[in-house]
Amino acid sequence: MLIHLNGGEHQAPEGATLSGLLEAMRLQPGRVAIEVNGRVVARADFERVQIREGDVLEVVQFVGGG
Amino acid sequence: MQNDLLTFGGRALASRLIVGTGKYPDMTIARAAILASGAAMVTVAVRRVDLSRREGESILDVLQDAKLAILPNTAGCYTADEAVRTARLAREAGLSELIKLEVIGDQRTLFPDTEGLLQATRVLVKEGFVVLPYTNDDLVVARRLRDAGAAAVMPLAAPIGSGLGIQNPVNLRILIEEIRDVPVIVDAGVGTASDAALAMELGADGILMNTGIAGAGDPVKMARAMRAAVEAGRLAFEAGRIPRKLHASASSPVEGLIR
Repeated sequence: MLIHLNGGEHQAPEGATLSGLLEAMRLQPGRVAIEVNGRVVARADFERVQIREGDVLEVVQFVGGG
Repeated sequence: MQNDLLTFGGRALASRLIVGTGKYPDMTIARAAILASGAAMVTVAVRRVDLSRREGESILDVLQDAKLAILPNTAGCYTADEAVRTARLAREAGLSELIKLEVIGDQRTLFPDTEGLLQATRVLVKEGFVVLPYTNDDLVVARRLRDAGAAAVMPLAAPIGSGLGIQNPVNLRILIEEIRDVPVIVDAGVGTASDAALAMELGADGILMNTGIAGAGDPVKMARAMRAAVEAGRLAFEAGRIPRKLHASASSPVEGLIR
């Protein structure tokens, strides 16, 4: 299914959870924050929350900055 | 010296210098400079994970053992809504309520949009954030931010990254004199050690800087200079400087001279 991830289009397997998505991208859940359709998802819910077709996701992390 | 801690939002920092983590030539220099600055808190930005390439070592990786408080910013946000969204993501990424709030109003100067800043401050304070807004050296705005629940106010000395130093010491002094109940942290514009010392001599409670250190010829050495300048400026402020006089006043006794 098609999702919108960080401003681009991305294919994700049906029923994928946020944890599954991070694993597929080889990202540590402890390092990122995720917004799904404009709402921030608590890290504790990454395993539970399933992605749906057309979802708009933002996956962010801390980088150097002032 | 318990009373010489920088305190806000229920936290006490052992250094009055807060440093950024951006613009360093590499991670080794970043780490060395940040440690040399003696800062107890560092700022970071919130950005999309780059999906097109494998992530290298992050700034948090290289600072992991240093036990520094992390202050995420909302740099690059041009509306209150964007800043609020970024702050919410930062809270989840860092599991802390601290946020350096930036709502930028102009691309060329990066001057703050104070209306958006106030709006975002109100929203975030209500949500339990410890809000540290980057603002103008404008007393009226600073008062409004304080009244909206900001944990400190962070007026600029000059445009971000400009290194111009304190362009309006009078405004800054007035602001510092009037805002007594929350710390005033000079944020942006410091170019060299004397700028930092001057800000502290004016009575600023702290200084936040990034480019002044990261962009210096030798960032580690400049970090040491800034640390010393912040400490010297603070001590001078606490000591109380002598009044300026137009004419000389001899330092040596005028009696007992040989004739």
